[in-house]
Amino acid sequence: MNAGVAMSGLLAVEVPYWATAIIKMGVIALVIPTAALVLGYVFLMKIMSFMQSRLGPMEAGPYGTLQLLADGLKFLQKEDIFPEKADRTVFALAPLVVLVSTFLIYVVIPTGPDAVVAQLDVGIFYALAVSSLSVVGILMAGWASANKYALMGGLRAAGQLIAYELPLVLAVMGVVIQAGTLDLQKIVTAQATGEIFGWDGIGNPFILTQFVGFFIFLVAVQAELTQPPFDMPVAESEIVGGYQVEYTGFRFLFFFMGEFGTAFAFAALAAVMFLGGWALPWGDLEHWAFNIVGPVIMLVKVMAVAALIFWFRFTYPRLREDQLQRLAWKFLIPLSLLNIVVTGVFKVIL
Amino acid sequence: MTAVGADRRQQLAYVATQAADARLNVEIETEGMTLNIGPQHPATHGTLRLVARLDGEQVVEAEPIMGYMHRGYEKLAEVRTYPQVTTLINRIDWLGSFANEVPFILAAEKLMEVEAPPRAQWIRTVLFELSRIANITLFLGDMAVQLGAITPVFMAFRDREFVLNQIEAVTGGRFHPNFDRIGGVKDDLPKGWIEDTKQAMEKIRDFCDEFEDLVLGNEIFQSRSRGIGIVPPAIGLSYGLSGANIRASGVDWDLRRDGHEALVYDQLDWKVWTHPDGDSFARYWVRLQETREATHMVDQLLDGLPAGPIMAKVPRIIKVPAGEAYAATENPLGEMGYYIVSKGDLVPFRVKIRSASFSNISITPWLLKGVYVPDIITILASLYFILGDIDR
Amino acid sequence: MTQLSSTEIENDVAEAGPQPDKRREAWAGQLAEALDDGFVAHHIIAGSDLWVRVTRDSWTDAAIAARDLLGCQFFDWLSAIDWLPSPYGRDMDAQEDNPQPKAADPMEQGHAGGQTRFQMVVRLYSIAEHLGITIKADLPNDDLRIDSLIQVYAGANWHEREAWEMFGIHFNSHPDLRHIYLPGEFEGNPLRKDFPLLARRVKPWPGIVDVELFPGEESS
Repeated sequence: MNAGVAMSGLLAVEVPYWATAIIKMGVIALVIPTAALVLGYVFLMKIMSFMQSRLGPMEAGPYGTLQLLADGLKFLQKEDIFPEKADRTVFALAPLVVLVSTFLIYVVIPTGPDAVVAQLDVGIFYALAVSSLSVVGILMAGWASANKYALMGGLRAAGQLIAYELPLVLAVMGVVIQAGTLDLQKIVTAQATGEIFGWDGIGNPFILTQFVGFFIFLVAVQAELTQPPFDMPVAESEIVGGYQVEYTGFRFLFFFMGEFGTAFAFAALAAVMFLGGWALPWGDLEHWAFNIVGPVIMLVKVMAVAALIFWFRFTYPRLREDQLQRLAWKFLIPLSLLNIVVTGVFKVIL
Repeated sequence: MTAVGADRRQQLAYVATQAADARLNVEIETEGMTLNIGPQHPATHGTLRLVARLDGEQVVEAEPIMGYMHRGYEKLAEVRTYPQVTTLINRIDWLGSFANEVPFILAAEKLMEVEAPPRAQWIRTVLFELSRIANITLFLGDMAVQLGAITPVFMAFRDREFVLNQIEAVTGGRFHPNFDRIGGVKDDLPKGWIEDTKQAMEKIRDFCDEFEDLVLGNEIFQSRSRGIGIVPPAIGLSYGLSGANIRASGVDWDLRRDGHEALVYDQLDWKVWTHPDGDSFARYWVRLQETREATHMVDQLLDGLPAGPIMAKVPRIIKVPAGEAYAATENPLGEMGYYIVSKGDLVPFRVKIRSASFSNISITPWLLKGVYVPDIITILASLYFILGDIDR
Repeated sequence: MTQLSSTEIENDVAEAGPQPDKRREAWAGQLAEALDDGFVAHHIIAGSDLWVRVTRDSWTDAAIAARDLLGCQFFDWLSAIDWLPSPYGRDMDAQEDNPQPKAADPMEQGHAGGQTRFQMVVRLYSIAEHLGITIKADLPNDDLRIDSLIQVYAGANWHEREAWEMFGIHFNSHPDLRHIYLPGEFEGNPLRKDFPLLARRVKPWPGIVDVELFPGEESS
């Protein structure tokens, strides 16, 4: 992952600024479809099938590994249909907005000491901010489709995503207080070099001290991704796919990639903030080898978090919209506020 | 004809009220939305269409529209001989097909005054209960999938297969057995079938336990279904709700126990399950308990299977004496009955099919007033209809 | 009438056998008393069923009486019977074999009798007594109208719509008499006996004549 940057550090070759920019863009453009494919294949197709006592795709490639590729190609071949009364510009732009918001998250996710596209001081703040851009895209899609189901889906999505931005941000606050920084890279360092009440055997992955925050973060992520039990915006059995209902072909593919790409991105954020990111608590964090090992460590952790996210998805039924809002405002937000207070108190005392 | 004029007047009156409603909406500056759910919609499993007038996500008025699959069995039955009719009526409730044949055969037997020998009746009852299990297991998975849990439905399909295999082993048909005959059943049970069926029943019991944990015990499922779509007993009865739908409202009535039809339920030790709440959760709960009860009934039936012939003496070409008879049984979906009018001919003169889903679903306009869109799905799923059973 | 528990209730099928005659007699008596002139005839098959025929005007009253006096809370179904013998026979033959419609047999009504071609049938059921009753009413041939039962049983709505489209019977004060199964532009009333089943008019049905003999059996 992000091999270009790693190479530049590795070979100590002076790479011009524009070349790194292009390499970085290329990497991101590669990473997102790959991430979507990997998650889609491993979880949506295989793990889900095993949970449901079936095999899943077996024909395309060994164990059906190429199935999603085939599906992707199929989507590309399909006719690009616009509904007659759709607002064509907005309709066409909406999937792009969703996808761009996904792309932008990846910019700040670190996978090694140098393997990061852009190390921002406000990294986590930026990541959560751009992730909520997708709401705009979803609203656009829902409105422009000129379809009642799509409209309902879009409105539901907007209400839901806005309600869950708050617990999402508040859940992260605990981590930020503990690490004392918004920079994701520094959060990783803080975890690797930290100590739990004086014991530094495994550093301090924040999941141990911020388990409440982790729980809230996971729930909120589930809602952000519009997955069960919070998949009302796309509820198949109620509003037939919600805002996606009129989309076909590659535009639908964009939504699909956005969905799984965002799932990957949020799993990566969770891994960075709660599981220690690319780092191991032992060894020199500045060592160049972490640029190679880091992405692998990261991938393992991301898959672990993604497994949790998708496990919920395959298990739970769907809440109702009002129950979801109640959960957000009456339970998650007070809980996360309490978490912040407790974290703050400990931070001051210790 | 005067009737036509009156119809036209009523149509005009209807249009006028619609227009008045629309004006009202304009005055308070909200705009109602008419949402057309179906006929192609994942929640209607079949081709039921629901026209709902919405205010936001709240239903102002909802009306089911059916007939997309009307096959006119009542007319078709008038030109078919009695044995031929069973082929048709297999397709009414296609998830528990054998159960459709039984009341028709019973009504015909009533008219002919023949009685099937004991063994035939026991086999009938076994298959009847097996088709109940085959039917309701799918409901148990389906309602979960309507509420957004995608996994249970696969488990339902997986375990339903064991039952279908057993039905197939006896009748030769997985979905449409066409096995019941006037005066008995077509074939005897194959060798080794009883043991296999008992094993299948074990699996269904495990399945029921699993679903009790996985679905009934799930907080989200409960919060989605408790208190949703409450049917008061008196209203339910006046709409003709039957089966588990009315038992979930606390009405202790089961035609297997209370009917007068010639099946052997009175020789079994079993229990009618009721639930006092009358909501969607209660309907699911009652059906789950019934499935488990049915497995115990099948076990008892297999243990007590008497020996003897499987066909009574009936003529090769069946002419049913003139008369009228109504026979109804407790089918998986509710009361299913056939009113046969015979004129002593090879074919019935008139067959009125009383199917459960038609009456069960007729309460929806009343029940759906004021609920939210997600609850439409819960209520429709929990009322449990099969399109073939509505449209016939 | 409605019981909430299920265990304590005695299984009353067994003892219901010998008595229902009396119970059905009593029901018929009660209805006759309540309806007075409206009560035309009744028919009982011991241990099986009860038919009551009422006049058209006391149709709603009969339903109310059944609901309130007899405790028939459960609305089972409502439909109609066209007693006209089918002019097309059983449609076993192709049209070219049998081009002329047969001369109609004399009309013959079923249990509890009848005078006219169309007869309404409603079946009601008592949850408490586990007894059903079939109420019939004749409709004059030239005026196929009858009062709607919606006020008595809400569930009658759809059944009446079905009877309306299938038989062309008009229900007074029915709020919403529209097609329920058939498309709106459909003409005719399919369940009337003089409505031909077109599939059979075109092609003969290879039914009944080809009963295969068992081995060793001789045709009689």
